[in-house]
Amino acid sequence: MMDFIEGLGSSTRTSFNKLGRATFFLGQTVSGIMSVLLRPGLLLKQLYSVGVMSFLIITISGLFVGMVLGLQGYYTLSDFGAEETLGVMVAASLVRELGPVVSALLFAGRAGSALTAEIGLMKATEQLSGMEMMAIDPVKRIITPRFLAGLISMPLLAGLFSAVGIIGGQIVGSGLLGVDEGAYWSQMQASIDFYDDIVNGVIKSIVFGFVASWIALFEGYDAIPTSEGVSRATTRTVVNSAFSILGLDFILTALMFGDH
Amino acid sequence: MNNRISDQDSLVSVRDLTFSRGNKKIFDDISLDFQRGKVTAIMGPSGTGKTTMLKLIGGQLFPDKGTVLVDGQNVHQLRRADLYTLRKRLGMLFQSGALLTDMSVFDNVAFPLREHTQLPESMIRTLVLMKLQAVGLRGASQLMPNELSGGMARRVALARAIALDPMMIMYDEPFTGQDPISMGVLVHLIKSLNTILGLTSIIVSHDVHDTMAIADYIYVLSGGKIVGQGSPKEIQESDSEWVQQFMTGAADGPVHFHYPAKDYVDDLMSSGKRY
Repeated sequence: MMDFIEGLGSSTRTSFNKLGRATFFLGQTVSGIMSVLLRPGLLLKQLYSVGVMSFLIITISGLFVGMVLGLQGYYTLSDFGAEETLGVMVAASLVRELGPVVSALLFAGRAGSALTAEIGLMKATEQLSGMEMMAIDPVKRIITPRFLAGLISMPLLAGLFSAVGIIGGQIVGSGLLGVDEGAYWSQMQASIDFYDDIVNGVIKSIVFGFVASWIALFEGYDAIPTSEGVSRATTRTVVNSAFSILGLDFILTALMFGDH
Repeated sequence: MNNRISDQDSLVSVRDLTFSRGNKKIFDDISLDFQRGKVTAIMGPSGTGKTTMLKLIGGQLFPDKGTVLVDGQNVHQLRRADLYTLRKRLGMLFQSGALLTDMSVFDNVAFPLREHTQLPESMIRTLVLMKLQAVGLRGASQLMPNELSGGMARRVALARAIALDPMMIMYDEPFTGQDPISMGVLVHLIKSLNTILGLTSIIVSHDVHDTMAIADYIYVLSGGKIVGQGSPKEIQESDSEWVQQFMTGAADGPVHFHYPAKDYVDDLMSSGKRY
């Protein structure tokens, strides 16, 4: 029993310790934003590797998710003779929920894990330490551009995911199942609200981008500099990002759509 | 306390330094001096904290007690900006080379110049080629780090370390894992750079033969203490058992062959319960 309490205490302490380090790390990262903005070249390179390189997985996944939504939505709605509103259903699900959430999960798996492995290996091969000894702050030079790139890429990728998904829903809905194309688009246009749906979705994806990039970069920076340490850190990135994204999604949804 | 070198002559002086990791004392109240313009070596068995000493001098680690003065400045009391200004005058060669793997050899050497100066690209090119010429790798300027052998990577790292014309270079195990030719090249480079550029060098190594050949002064560390110091000749003639075991590579001596363990027979006869 004493062992249990002791273990509980020590793991709580470790968690709080880590949370403190992560917060300090975030502060350091954010304080470098100005200097990165003055050197757009650094940011552009990271936007390419974090954002553009995730383009394909986001587009293809978005298309399939949209097609499945079209299919499932049609079967359910047609029972009530309401298949004309398929466009609304597909668009609302994507823009409010699936777009930000699924693209953030994919982002954590594709870009987040890569970031953790990259930073962790840089630490293991003394590149970060070497930079410090060259009087170059590795957080400002390496971490901040990647963080900013994640923050900017995430809402754009989520937007892309939703847009492609809506097209996927339309291909299945009107192309294969015979929903009227005009109704698909016009119902959607009439029902989707810019502020309530789209802006809220964008806010969600910015929050997810922030959290996923923070977790990925911190786990890499905090990794034990061995091959096992980096591999564990990469796993933690994906697991912790997924938990955080889904948990935050619930909180944000409750706050944003609570009064409906 | 070492009184043979006066404080004016030493570029780095470590005074009454104590440093622990967890419960283990890595350094126990030791003092060292590194003389200007000389090659000073820190030697000792693996795990005696030789690399840790370099990190303490570079301000990457903080001591529990004691001071480290580099060119008259107390490294651990400097503000971050001042520490970075000081570090621009220190070069460090890491054991792995620590080259940035996403950049070519040329860009790696140009990296500190681009980060710290506003020089035009044409001048950076000239400087980089000069530094690469000095280490004999001008022809390899377009290669990526993964295309280099271990010895070449260390030479590139050396070119990068001298890019900003530092006053001192710290070498972390420069000879480990090198073939005889690369080793010869590195020994020659370290000695000649030190003379030609008027540098001060600190070498951390456990390679007895090659370090003895180029060092002007040697400290032998073990168990957190200095067990021997002096010129290579003095070290060779030292009557300390520690130093003699280290120099001759004897398997048993003051440093035991066996890791501390309970009695052998007791251990064999016990139930084998894991602990």
